[in-house]
Amino acid sequence: MYKILRYSFYDLIRSKWCYIYFGFYFILSSSLLFLNNSLAKSIITLMNVIVVLTPLIGSIFGAMYYYSSKEFVELLLAQPIKRNTVFLGQYIGLSLSLSVSLLLGLSIPFIVYGMLISPEITNFISVIIIGVLLTFIFTAISYYIALSNDDNIKGIGIAILFWLFMAVIYDGIFLICLLTLKEYPLENFSLFSILINPIDLSRILIILKLDISALLGYTGAVFQGFFGRKMGILIIGSVLMLWTIIPIIMINIKSKRKDF
Amino acid sequence: MLSITNLNKSFGKLEVLQGININIVKQGIFAILGPNGSGKTTLIKTILGLVIPDFGSITINDKEIINRWAYRSEISYLPQIANFPSNLTVIEIINLIKNIRPNTKLDKDLIDLFNIKESMNKKLVDLSGGTKQKVNIVLTFMSDSPIIILDEPTAGLDPISLIKLKDLLIREKEKGKTIIVTSHIMSFIEEISHDIFFLLDGKIFFNGTIEDLKVRTNESTLERAIANLLK
Repeated sequence: MYKILRYSFYDLIRSKWCYIYFGFYFILSSSLLFLNNSLAKSIITLMNVIVVLTPLIGSIFGAMYYYSSKEFVELLLAQPIKRNTVFLGQYIGLSLSLSVSLLLGLSIPFIVYGMLISPEITNFISVIIIGVLLTFIFTAISYYIALSNDDNIKGIGIAILFWLFMAVIYDGIFLICLLTLKEYPLENFSLFSILINPIDLSRILIILKLDISALLGYTGAVFQGFFGRKMGILIIGSVLMLWTIIPIIMINIKSKRKDF
Repeated sequence: MLSITNLNKSFGKLEVLQGININIVKQGIFAILGPNGSGKTTLIKTILGLVIPDFGSITINDKEIINRWAYRSEISYLPQIANFPSNLTVIEIINLIKNIRPNTKLDKDLIDLFNIKESMNKKLVDLSGGTKQKVNIVLTFMSDSPIIILDEPTAGLDPISLIKLKDLLIREKEKGKTIIVTSHIMSFIEEISHDIFFLLDGKIFFNGTIEDLKVRTNESTLERAIANLLK
């Protein structure tokens, strides 16, 4: 698997999209630091951008990369290696190269600003970890979607719709449910609803970590009230890991049965 | 050597392969022919494990291969479309395949033969279609496998490279290899191959030597004999 991972990583790290992605984060974090003139404030703004943007990029790249390397995958599958090695190698190579762009693009301006000697460093690291986790989760989901749909327009479309649903529509539906059912106790319902959306989960995790009650919102407050801060962070972390592992297992199952 | 028994595959309602039986016991160059959509590529892909058959069996040297993978070290494959990761260089792609297939030694000779030395450090995205196909051929032949499967190997090649490919195929055959090739260029097949399997609607419609087919259809060339079969 390492051989495939390495080739995918080298292929992608040299693609112009990786540089554009890196450049975007570099400019974003530089301008945030310049405008806020405070590490703490910049990290909070960064969080709001990261939880929406990394899933979008993961979704688009996961599907696009699968389709663009389809013929080469056929050649690899005809070699004496197991099927799941090819797909896992490609998936991890892709997620890693996106994560490297994210990491470098965000870290360089923050380090130059003096983050390493500031107490904010642990908060910054949590934002980066969440960004990387969301990249791995959404890349896996969109890679799986692409693997399940031979038509690339359809596959990329479904991957973007999935992102749109999780990032935007989900919150709307959730809010409507809360409003219409406000007569009933909604704690369990809200807890469950957060657990099935990795974007909401990540947002709450970072807010719990940064300890900013004002940004928690209803669901976050319920979450903190129910589990407490430390337990809450632990539970969200575990659920996010599940969100990464389940799509990878699905990629594995799908790739075993698929005809190429 | 290679034995296929009652192989069936459908994609939805479309039955692409229906009860295919093939038994290849000797070395040589075997052509799989047939009109578009007759199931040639699907048949090749089931041998390679890219397509999983609905039922039937495929054995190589008396070992069942369906849902296995290690047997593929015995097979080299040239796919129909040469499409490589665009940001890698030719040498990197050759090294990748060499890494996966440990007994690969012939790359240098083939790079010289097909004159792609100058392209070795170029990115694959910058290569012409013909040069890509040459890289594809080098990747296929550089590992010394006893079975070689070629899907439309002539695509995009200039006349000089085509002659080199024919010579290469004949040399490999003389080394005692089993080569399975599909092509729509009948003159190419007639020049290199002796035995053919003619597929029609997922079944083997004719199996025998080119001479047999010409006698049976009373035609002088393979192209006309095939056209006669399809009437």
